[in-house]
Amino acid sequence: MDYSMQDLMAITAMQGFAGLSFFSVLLLMALGLAIIFGQMRVINMAHGEFMVLGAYTTYMVSTLASGLGPWATEYYILLAIPLAFLSAFLFGMLIEVLMIRHLYHRPLDTLLATWGLALVMQQGFRSIFGAREVSPSTPSWLEGSWRPTPMIDIPINGMAIMVLTVIVTLGVVWLMYRSRWGLRVRSTMASREMSAAVGINTRWVDRLTFALGCGVAGIAGAAFTMISSTGPTSGTLYIVDTFLVVVFGGAGSISGTVVSAFLIAQGQSILEFFLGSSMAKVTTLLVIIAILMMRPEGLFKSKVRR
Amino acid sequence: MNNALQMLLGKKGLPGLLILAFILLVVFPLTMDVDGLNLTGRFLAFAFVAVGLVLAWGYGGLLSLGQGLFFGIGGYAMAMYLKLEASTPEATAIQTTPGIPDFMDWNQITSLPWFWEPFHSLTFTVLAILTLPALFAAFIGFALFTRRVSGVFFAIITQAIVTIATILVIGQQGYTGGVNGITDLRTLKGWDIHTDQALVVFYFATVVLLFAMIALGMWVLSTKYGRILMATRDQENRIRYSGYSVAYFKIFIFALAGFMSGIGGAMFTLQVGFMSPSIIGIIPSIEFVIFAAVGGRLSLLGAVYGSLLVGYARVTFAEAFPQLWLFLIGAVFIAVVMFAPYGLAGLYNTHVRPRVEAFLVRMGWRPGAPPSDTPRAIDPQAAQEARK
Repeated sequence: MDYSMQDLMAITAMQGFAGLSFFSVLLLMALGLAIIFGQMRVINMAHGEFMVLGAYTTYMVSTLASGLGPWATEYYILLAIPLAFLSAFLFGMLIEVLMIRHLYHRPLDTLLATWGLALVMQQGFRSIFGAREVSPSTPSWLEGSWRPTPMIDIPINGMAIMVLTVIVTLGVVWLMYRSRWGLRVRSTMASREMSAAVGINTRWVDRLTFALGCGVAGIAGAAFTMISSTGPTSGTLYIVDTFLVVVFGGAGSISGTVVSAFLIAQGQSILEFFLGSSMAKVTTLLVIIAILMMRPEGLFKSKVRR
Repeated sequence: MNNALQMLLGKKGLPGLLILAFILLVVFPLTMDVDGLNLTGRFLAFAFVAVGLVLAWGYGGLLSLGQGLFFGIGGYAMAMYLKLEASTPEATAIQTTPGIPDFMDWNQITSLPWFWEPFHSLTFTVLAILTLPALFAAFIGFALFTRRVSGVFFAIITQAIVTIATILVIGQQGYTGGVNGITDLRTLKGWDIHTDQALVVFYFATVVLLFAMIALGMWVLSTKYGRILMATRDQENRIRYSGYSVAYFKIFIFALAGFMSGIGGAMFTLQVGFMSPSIIGIIPSIEFVIFAAVGGRLSLLGAVYGSLLVGYARVTFAEAFPQLWLFLIGAVFIAVVMFAPYGLAGLYNTHVRPRVEAFLVRMGWRPGAPPSDTPRAIDPQAAQEARK
């Protein structure tokens, strides 16, 4: 291959940035799972569908906003993100009450039941929104790209997603490790009986933790609409990747999730340039599995005894 | 555990086996036309995977979401052989390179890849179907179980592996037929596989092989190995501390499940006349688990009923109400997992069986074991809860 040095630099920068926006979406998805799977050991196979729920919420807000006038289409996204969170949060809470709480002692069965839920949700989306992919109108301030040199072209929406990802990640870290509520969550997961004995309402902790994970998936969905269109089955495309991110990072460790999402996204996007997208994906997945065989606990071992 | 074994094997297991044999070998062939039998045969090909899952998941505690991989290896091996037979230089004379499969020609490949060469031989193909899936499963099992990867992590990794396989098959279009798969299969040793006669033969062959697998499974469970396997599922550490090498017990049952899936895949290809990645991906792989779950994860026969029921339900509903099908299968799956974790077999054992027994005793057909002795499937999770 004959690339000049300058070409290579530009390729690295652009692929690197493409990797960064992939990293953002992957991390947003994985954060919710890291909360649900990492803390509660519940496998939520419908996580992708919660993301799609957030995406459709954003789409609905955008459709409603376009009726209000041009100023609304510019800024609807600022309202859509909290609403996407809220809808996924509330629906997650409902699912916890109806399904998940009956299955806490059967982790493999939550996997199966939530997969059934995923099917029902997919069909629900299809019945309500139709099988065609939809995309909300992009506000003009998110369009276009930033060009530091003639060779490099960095899209604004990618940067917006990165900013959102940073905010959400910091929020989750603060909530889990700095707030009193996070303390209750971690203590409940470490020892349910002791936490109940000191007066923590563990049932509500479970409920809110699950709902929070779903809510974060909803935010991921809102971000997703900025870079891609949404269809009823969009969620399933990401579910394997996200689970691998969480497992690879070491379940139960938020920093592990961040690092592993970064490595996976960057690795894949750089390989993509040289190998084509399908081989890049295969190579990345194989490397992850190989590393997981050597370190079954993931990159960042949790220090909890089991 | 004795109870579960008795349920399967003792004199009480035999009637179940005979009833199923009667349904599959007498009732279906007499009441269905060839198309119906062919359809049933496809569902039965899936049942091989479900039977394997009952062994690996129900009895071994290894929930694999990647059984499509082994089904696919068996199916693709068969398809490669049939495709080569269909791609004689005469039949493919219009291609740029005659004598290679059509999809290779479309993808500008000019010679047969090395891994296709051995599939000219039927002996090799059959050997490949019988060994490759098991070897693959043993390899995956070895890599994971000796590292003590288990439970949820195992499920996710198997799912990732089947994802890799699907992406590879779709991406390497010139070698695998890509997303369309390997289609247009015609003859087996010069014998047209689409004739009514061939389809009927394949149906009976599938049924016979399926019963061989069930018998194999029952035998494996009845041995000491089977008991240790179940004990491992329930209390892995105790078995490990008793001096058993737990990993190898798991590797074996996983390889056995892979072996069965591979045969199912080959029978599927024969009956359908094509093989494509849409039958081996993530979603079909989870559907295999649905079959086993609906039938009952502890019942080898249940796996067959589960595959048939879900299969027929899909055909009936998906045609009549395509909108409702996903709702229905999703809801059924949720309901089975939440309310009937032991599936149809579990429902039968707790609700129907005591009545049947009582009826048999009352009619004087069976000297009376009192109904209170009716064996019930042991609930491993409840047992585990109780021990905590």
